[in-house]
Amino acid sequence: MAKILAVDDSASMRQMVTYTLKQQGYEVTEAVDGTDALTKAKAGGFDLVITDVNMPKMDGITLVRELRGLPTFKFTPILLLTTESAPEKKQEGKAAGATGWLVKPFDPDQLVNTIKKVVR
Amino acid sequence: MSVDLSQFLQTFFEESFEGLDTMESGLLELDPERPDPETLNNVFRAAHSIKGGAGTFGLTAVSDFTHRMETLLDRLRDGQQAVTPDAVNVLLNAVDCLRSMLAAIQSDQALDADAISTAQRQLDEQLGQTPTGTASGASGPAGDTGGDRGSAGGGGDATPPSGGGGWWIRFEPQPHLFATGNDPRRLFLALQDLGELEVECDTSGLPPFEQLDPETCQLAWTLRLYADVTEAAVREVFEWVEDDARLEIRPLEAAGTEPAAAAEGGAAAAVAAEPAAGAEAAAPAGGEGRKSAARRGGAGGGGSSSSIRVDTEKIDALIDMVGELVITQSMLSQIGKEFTAERLEELQDGLAQLERNTRELQENVMRIRMVPISFAYSRLPRIVHDTSRALGKAVDFQMEGEQTELDKTVMEKIIDPLVHLVRNSVDHGIELPEERAAAGKPETGTITIEAYHKGGNIIIEIADDGRGINRDKLLGKARAAGLVEDGSELADEQIYDLIFHPGLSTHDQATEYSGRGVGMDVVKRNVRSLSGNIHVRSTHGQGTTITISLPLTLSILDGQLFRVGDQTYIIPLVSVIESLQVDASKVSRVTSRGEVYHWREGYVPIVRLHELFDTEPVRRELGGGLMVIVEDEDTYLGVFVDDLLDQQQVVIKSLEANYLQVPGIAGATILGDGTVALILDIAGLIEMSRGGRRQPYIPDREDSDEAA
Repeated sequence: MAKILAVDDSASMRQMVTYTLKQQGYEVTEAVDGTDALTKAKAGGFDLVITDVNMPKMDGITLVRELRGLPTFKFTPILLLTTESAPEKKQEGKAAGATGWLVKPFDPDQLVNTIKKVVR
Repeated sequence: MSVDLSQFLQTFFEESFEGLDTMESGLLELDPERPDPETLNNVFRAAHSIKGGAGTFGLTAVSDFTHRMETLLDRLRDGQQAVTPDAVNVLLNAVDCLRSMLAAIQSDQALDADAISTAQRQLDEQLGQTPTGTASGASGPAGDTGGDRGSAGGGGDATPPSGGGGWWIRFEPQPHLFATGNDPRRLFLALQDLGELEVECDTSGLPPFEQLDPETCQLAWTLRLYADVTEAAVREVFEWVEDDARLEIRPLEAAGTEPAAAAEGGAAAAVAAEPAAGAEAAAPAGGEGRKSAARRGGAGGGGSSSSIRVDTEKIDALIDMVGELVITQSMLSQIGKEFTAERLEELQDGLAQLERNTRELQENVMRIRMVPISFAYSRLPRIVHDTSRALGKAVDFQMEGEQTELDKTVMEKIIDPLVHLVRNSVDHGIELPEERAAAGKPETGTITIEAYHKGGNIIIEIADDGRGINRDKLLGKARAAGLVEDGSELADEQIYDLIFHPGLSTHDQATEYSGRGVGMDVVKRNVRSLSGNIHVRSTHGQGTTITISLPLTLSILDGQLFRVGDQTYIIPLVSVIESLQVDASKVSRVTSRGEVYHWREGYVPIVRLHELFDTEPVRRELGGGLMVIVEDEDTYLGVFVDDLLDQQQVVIKSLEANYLQVPGIAGATILGDGTVALILDIAGLIEMSRGGRRQPYIPDREDSDEAA
């Protein structure tokens, strides 16, 4: 089953994402911010990264840019968790190399359906 | 699928309260002249997170409220609006309001609609909007209704299904498509979930082989989707690549007129998309009985469950130690199996090792309950800010030793005393700027709070460089109140300690911030109830330093052991004033009050424990015997004992949990030789010596009590 890296500085959001994905049988690794995620990503082996945009230390968009710079993440799907109030973040994320986005507030069904689009 | 999100509410509350603390300290740090963008960013992010979480859990009142804060913070962050002291105050007020909203929701209480609408109105005024003035409870979050939820089967598009025909799709991605992690194959599989799909690949854009770049997308596709779906559903599949491709979607009947662009190209290879192996329907069944065991205790909101975050390092250290313990145990059991006299030394080594392991393990388990004192500090900058502002004083507040750790329960109980003391320093200690200038001091006063470990205690010092305590004035007041006999000489320290007496204040006028009865006496009582000590040092005109010393944990106390008859008892060392040999000439009998002893300037009642606890003492004759003078809240008592033993740290076991509450006894401990020794409850003894038989006062140790 696919391995997913979930990045969010909010513990409750991380827990919900992880819980939902694990229920679907995915293998999930958590990271608390961009820097942490980058360290964990370098170990490799992820089929998908889901990241929040607003985070301390390294925000989601910078993380996407950094990940795209790693040979192992050249084509790996990366989804951004955005809010509707910041549509410009989608474009910024796309420009940085994000595959797509998920709109908060968090909704388990939506998460599962969206992931099906990138992990088959 | 159904996921019960309420189990994550507790975490959401925890992180929201942390976020609020971050917001508060960030706002207090802001210098309106030169707001630090990073600080503003942190504050914004905290608000943003709370809003996001509140939206997820359907807490519309919270997300609505936070949305306003976020909007204002966003403007401050982008420099669209100046960071004025007013704006900061409005935001601080909003932080308070949000905190009580969350607390109310957490404990299932009603929201304070007035406070919310006031705070909202202030925010709206800052935003320059006409205040709506309603505390929205039911309306959706203002300004961002989750419009595009990106959920499958996107509804609401006006284009009708294509009469059962389907859709003709032309998809010409730009070369960089792969670099965003998008893959045409996945898009087609998603289309296939909607219905039958024919895929035709257009290779006309491919360069000669030697120039082929496998990392760029140089293909185009024409697709036919035979499905009764809306155009929106088709578009949604391409949602993420719309900007990276030319996309054309038409109903199939009209597809006969194919665009010329696609007609040339010759080698159009028809490829049947591989059937998606077991392509699940878009809505999978819920987590078929595979409920993850990740439920946190106390989930589901409701009452505040007491949880603690523990650094993984601490846990790792524990696991190491348990490992050591297991090794020692197996070594000992090995010796025990085949024990001969020659192996005595080995046994002794093993036991010494066991002792080391146990001690280390005990220390580390204690450390699990330890949290940095920064939690207790977190409210203080705000207190200083608000109080000094209201009193027109300039104060520079310094916090040191924030990482010093102490027991979580001790920390929670020391917060209020610290708040009171810091407020006191601003109010009574620091002078008005003009007064300071006249005294040749800098106009801005300094208050420092510092925490550090010393022996088995944590020391917290609150120092100000203010006016200090007027020793003579205080002494005069104490004499007038009859607390000190005329003509008696007191050491400075004793005089300064008088400020802990109820009803004594050197302030002539009560201000809004002090002199309201909640005073230093309460602070002292709180500190004492934690088995701590509090002392004052002051130099008139130079400032005051208040030193609090607290035990690191409530489950261990320093005790004075003594014996009465064949029983060993323990008095908490913190209550012991002195031990003395009884001078028979100083003992008097008072009708109905029993025996009293003339000590210092007064008389203390004498308690004979053997009478109280009905045991057989070695000695009944007071004269020449030993007496320990103990104190609780400025009331003294002489405890008559047979023999004083040593002082040692003892682990407190609850008597109530293991037996029942006994008046005069606070708990028990097990001594090294395995015997049980009772720990006296001094407050209870004093009460009993007055003839009262009230239940003993037992310090509240709700969670420092290990199940013994």
